[in-house]
Amino acid sequence: MNAPDHAPRSRLKDGPGGGSREAAALDDTWRDPPGLLGWLAAVNHKSIARRFIVTTFAFFVAGGILALIMRLQLARPNAHIVGPDLYNQLFTMHGSTMMFLFAVPVMQAVAVYLVPLMLGTRSVAFPRLNAFAYWIFLFGGLMLYAAFAFNAGPDAGWFSYVPLAGPDYSPGKRVDFWAQMITFTELSALLEAIVIITTVFKLRAPGMTLNRIPLFVWAMMVTAFMVLFAMPSVMLASTMLIMDRLVGTHFYNPAEGGDVVLWQHLFWFFGHPEVYLIFLPGLGFLSAIIPTFAKRPIYGYTALVLALIATAFLAFGLWVHHMFAANLPELGKSFFTAASMLIAIPSAVQIFCWIATLGSGRLDFRTPLLFVLGFFFILVLGGMTGIMLASVPLDLQVHDTYFVVAHLHYVLIGGAVFPLFGAFYYWFPKFTGRLMSERLGRWNFWLFFIGFNAAFFPMHLLGFQGMPRRVYTYQAGLGWDGMNLIATIGAFVIALSVLLFIVNALRSLRRGVEAGDNPWGAGTLEWATASPPPPCNFYAIPVVHGREPLWVQPRVKSDGPEEGGQPAFTHVSGLAADARELLATTVLDARPDLRLNFPDPTIWPLVSAIAVTVLFIGSIFTPWAVVWGSIPIAIALTAWFWPRRPETLLHLSLERRP
Amino acid sequence: MTGSELDVSGLPSYGFGHRSLMWWGTFGLIAIEGTLFALAIGAYLYLRSQSDTWPISAAPPLLLWGSINTLILVVSMWPNHMTKRAAEACDRVRARRWLLACLLFSLVFLVVRGLEFATLQTRWDSNAYGSIVWMLLGLHTVHLLTDTYDTAVLVVLLHTGPMEAQRFVDVSENALYWYFVVISWLPIYAVIYGVPRLQ
Repeated sequence: MNAPDHAPRSRLKDGPGGGSREAAALDDTWRDPPGLLGWLAAVNHKSIARRFIVTTFAFFVAGGILALIMRLQLARPNAHIVGPDLYNQLFTMHGSTMMFLFAVPVMQAVAVYLVPLMLGTRSVAFPRLNAFAYWIFLFGGLMLYAAFAFNAGPDAGWFSYVPLAGPDYSPGKRVDFWAQMITFTELSALLEAIVIITTVFKLRAPGMTLNRIPLFVWAMMVTAFMVLFAMPSVMLASTMLIMDRLVGTHFYNPAEGGDVVLWQHLFWFFGHPEVYLIFLPGLGFLSAIIPTFAKRPIYGYTALVLALIATAFLAFGLWVHHMFAANLPELGKSFFTAASMLIAIPSAVQIFCWIATLGSGRLDFRTPLLFVLGFFFILVLGGMTGIMLASVPLDLQVHDTYFVVAHLHYVLIGGAVFPLFGAFYYWFPKFTGRLMSERLGRWNFWLFFIGFNAAFFPMHLLGFQGMPRRVYTYQAGLGWDGMNLIATIGAFVIALSVLLFIVNALRSLRRGVEAGDNPWGAGTLEWATASPPPPCNFYAIPVVHGREPLWVQPRVKSDGPEEGGQPAFTHVSGLAADARELLATTVLDARPDLRLNFPDPTIWPLVSAIAVTVLFIGSIFTPWAVVWGSIPIAIALTAWFWPRRPETLLHLSLERRP
Repeated sequence: MTGSELDVSGLPSYGFGHRSLMWWGTFGLIAIEGTLFALAIGAYLYLRSQSDTWPISAAPPLLLWGSINTLILVVSMWPNHMTKRAAEACDRVRARRWLLACLLFSLVFLVVRGLEFATLQTRWDSNAYGSIVWMLLGLHTVHLLTDTYDTAVLVVLLHTGPMEAQRFVDVSENALYWYFVVISWLPIYAVIYGVPRLQ
């Protein structure tokens, strides 16, 4: 390895670090091209991730506004702000937006930004595929909202049960748009999963063995594996649905041998893991934030990793507990009750590890930690109601009532959105170079926490009192009025807190306190580089000596060879600075293995995404779009892949046989 | 920069198998597509379990073309294997010769696949049985089509394009995907042609 005399033709090599000629060359190499065309051709993981995060957050706000309209309608009995048809679209759009356009993609978006920085590398694997996944996601989301704007928003609920969503009961194009939105977003999520898995396995900095990978990265990798096995199910199900609607197949048509419960099985085989796809990244945020603000390494690293993996496995054995009200064998239901109880064990292991870390640390109560503590309170409540719902008799009692609405919001907002907001406060200085305001942050947290409980706690009681989900209004005198009003007030308090968050983010972008490299004194690698990071992330790839590389001092060279040991390496050198060259390491031990060439920015991922969009939307209107639509896709993908001569010559000059 | 440098300038610039990123990307695709096939087979068996008769108002698919095609697919693993070996030896001439053989195989099995559709004895819009049979065969055919197109692009590249070693890694991983497309056919063949004949 240390044989520079055998190295390829002399070029500019990295290693000297910031401020050098090589560093400037690295910046030029990894920067996205200038101009509008350059912006559209960008492949730098940080540019794509920034757009991705902003886009998902915009969908979050849109979904929230839909929820506010629903809460206004339900604030008092017999209201007429919206009619039943629009109300059906509102709750379907709200659920679909939050699940498919916000909760899962925002986690992947944050991961695309942070994972390469945490692993000590300069790019995600497959940067063009990453860009393609973003464009596909954007177009799918825009298509759904365009349909909604033209009164063609889906109206059969976020899980689109057949027969309601089938051709007989939902004529028109509304459900077709829903089914294609699924195809767009799940394609994007699947591709991002491949990007994340490959990045984690192959591009870690030397020395970052499997048992030194930051827990957030573990969480995202486990999530990515779950995506691989869960998402195909909903894609298959929605494809079968759209074929039933458009080309006369009978998958879900009982009159011709089809079966409606097949939809429920396929949907929840995806839908239950989906809950954990949203929840596990939240756990990853916690495991990143807690050690920093407790000022000690995490307690029980191995237990936490194993708990993540166990949760992922068990998540695939729970789907039937969403279907207890369907006609299924009772023994089967008992099995799924037991499995649902079982998942409490890995969840508890994680919570106890975090409590142990917090309990033995010196706590620094900044905004990110407040959101973490809010998580504990809300998620534990949501977990309790989850155990109640896992038991068949209780589930049948409260099925399709507001109790379920309360439970799922406690789990998803407590388990994912609170950690996510904590994560925004925590990494905002890394993204932008400036800290967010602590004062506004506290207001943001407390308003969110109080508003959330005001909005959703009464729904437990409403559910017990029999208020069904998805009704656009209710009569006076049922005893529901007061609690509905409180819930609406709570919803507006949440909206105010999110508004404060946006104000805080925009103000801090310009006027926040300068953060420096590592404002929190954290231990993971993303804090080893500038804020915001330069285009190449690191001017020299670090060599890792512990789980919190910034808290571990490598043995200094002086106690090296003289005492018979190897000198401790601090950083990598010898990668090309004037070409996109990256170090790949071995899967388990992260030993240096290959110098890989990475592709340049190109417009073709965008063109391919447009071609795919034409096919997907066209197929809603004619099945032949699948045939003629595949031709431009084939052309665009070939142009994307086809090697350019100058790039190839550059790679040849760096080539070396194994 | 102070400290001790780990000089990596002498490392190789490409590697085959799980050393390459492309292998991991292909592995991810195989995991996704494999799950898709498994779920579609699951849906087939589930629909069968919900029906009193199977196949529903149809005779089982004719065995002839499906069995011939299975044979062709299995035999195509041989030129595919030779392509992979040639690619891993970075032998451009042999790689393009064997890849061309693969392409010829794929054109043959695509034609026979058309005959398979014609002898299914049911239509996608007849009933749920017809729908799921067409779905299974259609899903697999999409994989044949994309793999044929990938192979054709690589054949042209091997003849005309600017070459570097990384392109041999691409050829090698395309061969891996080919194995998947062939091997995943075997359970689908058993389900489409065998299950309707079970009593």
